[in-house]
Amino acid sequence: MNAPATLRDRATGPATKACTVNPLKMSQPLGAALAFLGIAGSMPVFHGSQGCTAFGLVLFVRHFRESIPLQTTAMNEVTTILGGGENIEKALLNIHKRAKPAFIGIASTGLTETKGDDVAGDLRLIKDAHPELDMPIVYVSTPDYQGAFQDGWAKAVTAIIESMVTPAATVKGQVTILPGCHVTPGDVIELRDIVTAFGLSPIILPDLSGSLDGHVPGDFSPTSLGGTTQAEIARIGASEFAFAIGEQMRPAARALAERTGVPTRIFSSLTGLGAADDLFASLSALSGRPVPDKYRRERSQLVDAMLDAHFFFGGKRVAIGAEPDLLWALGAWCKDMGCEIAAAITTTESPVLVRLVADGVRLGDLEDLEVQAAGCDLLITHSHGRQAAQRLGIPFLRMGPPIFDRLGAAHRVIVGYKGTRDLVFEVGNIFLAHGHELRPDGEGPDVREEHGQGSPVGERACASPGHPDIPPGRLESP
Amino acid sequence: MDGLANTVQQVFNEPACGKNQGKSDKERKKGCTKALQPGAAAGGCAFDGAKIALQPITDVAHLVHGPIACEGNSWDNRGAKSSGPLLYRTGFTTDINETDVVFGGEKRLFRAIKEILAKYDPPAVFVYQTCVTALIGDDIEALCKAASARFGRPVIPVNAPGFVGSKNLGNKLAGEALLEYVIGTQEPEYTTPYDINIIGEYNLAGELWQVKPLLAELGIRVLACISGDARYREVASAHRARAAMMVCSKAMINVARKMEERYAIPFFEGSFYGVSDMSEALREIARLLIARGAPADLAERAEALIAREEARAWTRLDAYRPRLKGKRALLITGGVKSWSVVAALQEIGVEIVGTSVKKSTKEDKERIKKIMGDEAHMIEDMTPREMYKLLKDARADIMLSGGRSQFVALKAKVPWLDINQERHHAYAGYDGMVALVGEIDKALYNPIWAQVRRPAPWDTETVS
Repeated sequence: MNAPATLRDRATGPATKACTVNPLKMSQPLGAALAFLGIAGSMPVFHGSQGCTAFGLVLFVRHFRESIPLQTTAMNEVTTILGGGENIEKALLNIHKRAKPAFIGIASTGLTETKGDDVAGDLRLIKDAHPELDMPIVYVSTPDYQGAFQDGWAKAVTAIIESMVTPAATVKGQVTILPGCHVTPGDVIELRDIVTAFGLSPIILPDLSGSLDGHVPGDFSPTSLGGTTQAEIARIGASEFAFAIGEQMRPAARALAERTGVPTRIFSSLTGLGAADDLFASLSALSGRPVPDKYRRERSQLVDAMLDAHFFFGGKRVAIGAEPDLLWALGAWCKDMGCEIAAAITTTESPVLVRLVADGVRLGDLEDLEVQAAGCDLLITHSHGRQAAQRLGIPFLRMGPPIFDRLGAAHRVIVGYKGTRDLVFEVGNIFLAHGHELRPDGEGPDVREEHGQGSPVGERACASPGHPDIPPGRLESP
Repeated sequence: MDGLANTVQQVFNEPACGKNQGKSDKERKKGCTKALQPGAAAGGCAFDGAKIALQPITDVAHLVHGPIACEGNSWDNRGAKSSGPLLYRTGFTTDINETDVVFGGEKRLFRAIKEILAKYDPPAVFVYQTCVTALIGDDIEALCKAASARFGRPVIPVNAPGFVGSKNLGNKLAGEALLEYVIGTQEPEYTTPYDINIIGEYNLAGELWQVKPLLAELGIRVLACISGDARYREVASAHRARAAMMVCSKAMINVARKMEERYAIPFFEGSFYGVSDMSEALREIARLLIARGAPADLAERAEALIAREEARAWTRLDAYRPRLKGKRALLITGGVKSWSVVAALQEIGVEIVGTSVKKSTKEDKERIKKIMGDEAHMIEDMTPREMYKLLKDARADIMLSGGRSQFVALKAKVPWLDINQERHHAYAGYDGMVALVGEIDKALYNPIWAQVRRPAPWDTETVS
């Protein structure tokens, strides 16, 4: 995806820096794997060396605190040189034998892309030779050295639509929802409730709320615990309309519209009063029903929350590091609340970023974010940002995967009136806890005091001020 | 890649490995890592193994030369603790892009090293090779040599791209990098007759610190731990130690053996887990040091310390005995833990349902046989489904394993305890054993188990 010139002009990314320090970014295949995990009975596979899978597995396990089905074609030096067709075949047969998945999603990696394996071609031969592999197998090309996590997710969803969705006669009241990778299982559950409240029946692709919403199943499953079923995917073409969440889903929405003629709409964000209004008004218009009382009340609560909280948001300087769509959702909402976006770092190009009113959106890493966040009132990024927040002595809000040092990441909700209301309170309370009051000696309160999220004791013990791991000089602008 | 192929071959030829000794020349050439099964493999790659083994050196910059996957997906995920510098927790990667794949990534790597030295001023930079940059032919050995010369600072190539093999092979290749480029390159400020190296101990959750005070009490100095809580200088001057203890033979036997060969440093394999193993380790350290010229009274002092510490540990452990006696534990781990933890638990009356031996050496298995009497409880390979069934059928009261299989136990509503790298509690030494038993007790007797196993009141079917 080519970014418009305006973004490119503003973005001063890795081109100026040879070394990425404290990565914000995760790789494409990981995003694709997460999308595949939102399909029922699924087994995602990385076509690469076994470490690619091990890293992804550990990362998802730490974030979701769930078993994660993920397999590897276990490429080695020799099979890489000779080509990976045989390994893909062995992997598929082994997975079929051991796990009996209803769906397999294959994502390539940097290793197999560098070699240039023709996976699509290999797959055709394998399927011909092994009729027992009768489950859908979707392949997506996701080299690690291009794009980022959200690109992999978007490509996987697009590939599922392109290979599995067909046109069908419209079913009244059926809606397709295409969430971006920043939409949590909790968000999906909230969205389903909202859409259902308008008398509509949603099909969500992919549906992480079925597979990664942290529940205890009755039996052990070697594949994903739930998600969009094949029957649902087959019915997607019959939806009356579809909407996508996040700019990343534009190609997927376009593919759906082109294949099925279903009218689609993209909501770049569902966080914030205006964004939520837009969603509810659209659903009301499309369903021909009024907004239910429950949500009118929730809207009123959000408005009240904003009134109560705005004292603490006005003029606050916020630094955000996140993938483009999450950055946009949070950044636009922070602006709505009267904050200033003092730093915005992202992982991959996206047209949505041009719209973000900030000093500049940079493709960069957490080192860049740390430099720019000095003196800010809040740092928002994933769990890896905790070290930077500690060094800077500013409050920290964890957003976006991986969140590995807090419980309940899957159940975070920031969409709709209620999700936004809770976010207003959460961030408002952080500001409230760190307000500056004058003291007789002219010093403010100790900003190093942790806000409600707390900090692991061990972390503090490590970050002894006597042993800074970064010389003080480096915090000057590069 | 020729150099790398040679190194891999050398590692496979390890003469100190008993298993290797039993093989024919031809078999030995094939190497000891089993071919990984596509679609049925788990665990890390050689790069992962190399990084795990070296990252605990806390004051150096660990730079990963490859696409974002290798570092971006994995950094900051292990609990090796530092008593000082924190630079090892900073993630550095060249995050190569498509242009680098086409034109080569060496220029970017060189600039990355320069940037790191300018901004962070570490005593050394470790450069990790990965699959993609190995495949496009980036010569990190030559580049590191050039960078060392240009910047006057050690820049160490760690040539263990993921696709050459397993995590275990990566551990050993990391050891080769230390032997080739680090160990013996500096001199310690002073030496004592009580200087030892500890090899294959990563100070996860701070376990080294449960052992160090005991050694210090005997006047024994850890000249270098390879690599837990280590400084570059310590590893570089490790060749002046009098004796060495190898904590995990699977990981770094090549380092222990080659240091004995090159610098005449005798070593033994031991474990810090369990009361009797800890005592045995202290005895062996004392014995080796005395053999190398330390005063003979060290042995008596060690015995006195052991007697005191064992008595103290047993007093504390006895409190748990009535609560844990007859409880059944399933152990899914590897290496030394497969026997040392078994021995430890049996000491307080816990029954072992089974212990996995997938990652254990022949010696490890021998030890298990000795402790448990037969092979019946050795688990070669167990699928998560089998594990789940075993736990669901209540054949074990608790499972001890690494983090990745925790949900097999938790979803079966069975207590679980982390004894691998992500654990938050330290289990080494006498205090560590008491801590482990305390954690097992806490897990077993948590009141949630009765609640979560109870079916919802409106559910008629019985759920165990």
